[in-house]
Amino acid sequence: MTPLWRRRTTRTQWLVWIGWLLGALAFAQSWHTIAETTEWDFVWDAPTQAADMLGRMWPPRWGYAPAILKPLRDTIDIATLGTLLALLLATPVAFLAARNTSPHAVLLRPIALAIIAVSRSINTLIWALLLVTIVGPGVLAGILSVALHSIGFFGKLLYEAIEEIDPTQTEAIAATGASRAQVLIYGVVPQVLPTFAGVSVYRWDINIRESAVLGIVGAGGIGLQLNASVSQLAWPQVTLILMAILGAVAVSEFVSAKVRAAII
Amino acid sequence: MTPEPAAAPSVWRKPAFIASAWVRWALGIGALVYLVSALGSIDIAWGRVAAGLPRGWRFVASFLAPDFLSRGDEIVDGLTESIAMTATATVLGVGLAVPVGLGAARNLSPRPIYLVCRSLIATSRTLQELIVAIFFVKMFGFGPFAGMLTLTFASIGFIAKLIAERIESVDTAPLEAIRSTGASWLQWVNYAIQPQILPRLVGLSLYRLDINFRESAVLGIVGAGGIGATLNTALGRYEYDTAAAILLSIILIVLVAEYTSGLIRARLK
Repeated sequence: MTPLWRRRTTRTQWLVWIGWLLGALAFAQSWHTIAETTEWDFVWDAPTQAADMLGRMWPPRWGYAPAILKPLRDTIDIATLGTLLALLLATPVAFLAARNTSPHAVLLRPIALAIIAVSRSINTLIWALLLVTIVGPGVLAGILSVALHSIGFFGKLLYEAIEEIDPTQTEAIAATGASRAQVLIYGVVPQVLPTFAGVSVYRWDINIRESAVLGIVGAGGIGLQLNASVSQLAWPQVTLILMAILGAVAVSEFVSAKVRAAII
Repeated sequence: MTPEPAAAPSVWRKPAFIASAWVRWALGIGALVYLVSALGSIDIAWGRVAAGLPRGWRFVASFLAPDFLSRGDEIVDGLTESIAMTATATVLGVGLAVPVGLGAARNLSPRPIYLVCRSLIATSRTLQELIVAIFFVKMFGFGPFAGMLTLTFASIGFIAKLIAERIESVDTAPLEAIRSTGASWLQWVNYAIQPQILPRLVGLSLYRLDINFRESAVLGIVGAGGIGATLNTALGRYEYDTAAAILLSIILIVLVAEYTSGLIRARLK
């Protein structure tokens, strides 16, 4: 009797089945954790609630528009200034973290990598929660929290770009007798500048989205009005604010896509 | 004979990043005007900042002596809830993103379905998680259920978009080969497309798992469950040592998750 062709050996097949079983158990356990803290009456009531809410949201309260112009501007300022500040702080970190430009691979590189990891793991909103208690509520807390989270993003993408550069060009510059700084300026920077510009615009676009909700924790921008309107159950205002946010996000995404297409 | 150039410049100058001098100056001046007006429009209460600085130092110092114990139960509960939300939302999100991604691939689906799926993806990607969470909390009540739905919704847009793009660029030879055997639509998708996108789908799911955990840590701010509520309370009470313990746990879990998923993704390639 000729054995049938089989994709896996018996052993790996068993391992695959056990893997699926463990995955299913983990899912069931997670579902249980969520289900036991859920008020199911509210969940079954959700369609009625949603219909009621949507009914109240229309039409938007156009008269509220003048009141959100300044917060909308603050939101854009927070994203832009935060991105600029992050770029300023992240550039040296990226050069310290890149294996080929780091002045000290054993001592300074791990510090730079740790800064990047910490900054990236903590969400913008958590930075904002923290900074609001330190510098007080307002636009400054927003700018700083956007900057502190973006450092990690910039640092990681920039140091990877620096590590991927073509070494022949830096060698050529070094062969002319250039100093370390000159090698950096004429050999490394021109190669990574397009990436820097592209990544900055991309992050700016993300930061517009993030800064729109920072006001929920008191860190300035249009989120403050959003939160206030939701808690006052002023749904027509909420609709208008959401339209403003969606407009800002759409415009920033368009600008960012155009700029990135022009660079590449 | 071509005329000789006037006089070759004797000093080499680095070519500018933006070639046109006109555009360069316009952009530069525009940026300067914006910066001045933006910096002028924000009012900073320097007195409040100065008063807060010692508190800032206290927070930095508390990272050296984090307090895991005095609110240990709340931290464990919050983290368990966050992990549960992350796991269920990723599974549900991936499960729902696959049909949406198939629908949003131009080379597979009819025009009306394509448009519906694309607009679903666009909505999910434009709305920030916290805004979605506010609405889900209003609809489904406080707790991790609303958070799980928020993360599921966000995962659908993220994964479906990237999967759709991958499907649109698949190798077309297998598609024709399978179709010429007389396969049904489902068999066609399963044998011609699925093997080409599976590695990407697994990689993206692991990546989204990371993102979902990070996001689950903030949903608690608006009452959608997870560790965020505990963190918010701790910071509100200026209990920086507890906050530091929570942040360190988040960082640790994110790093472990990122490292493991990096290992798995590297093996898949």
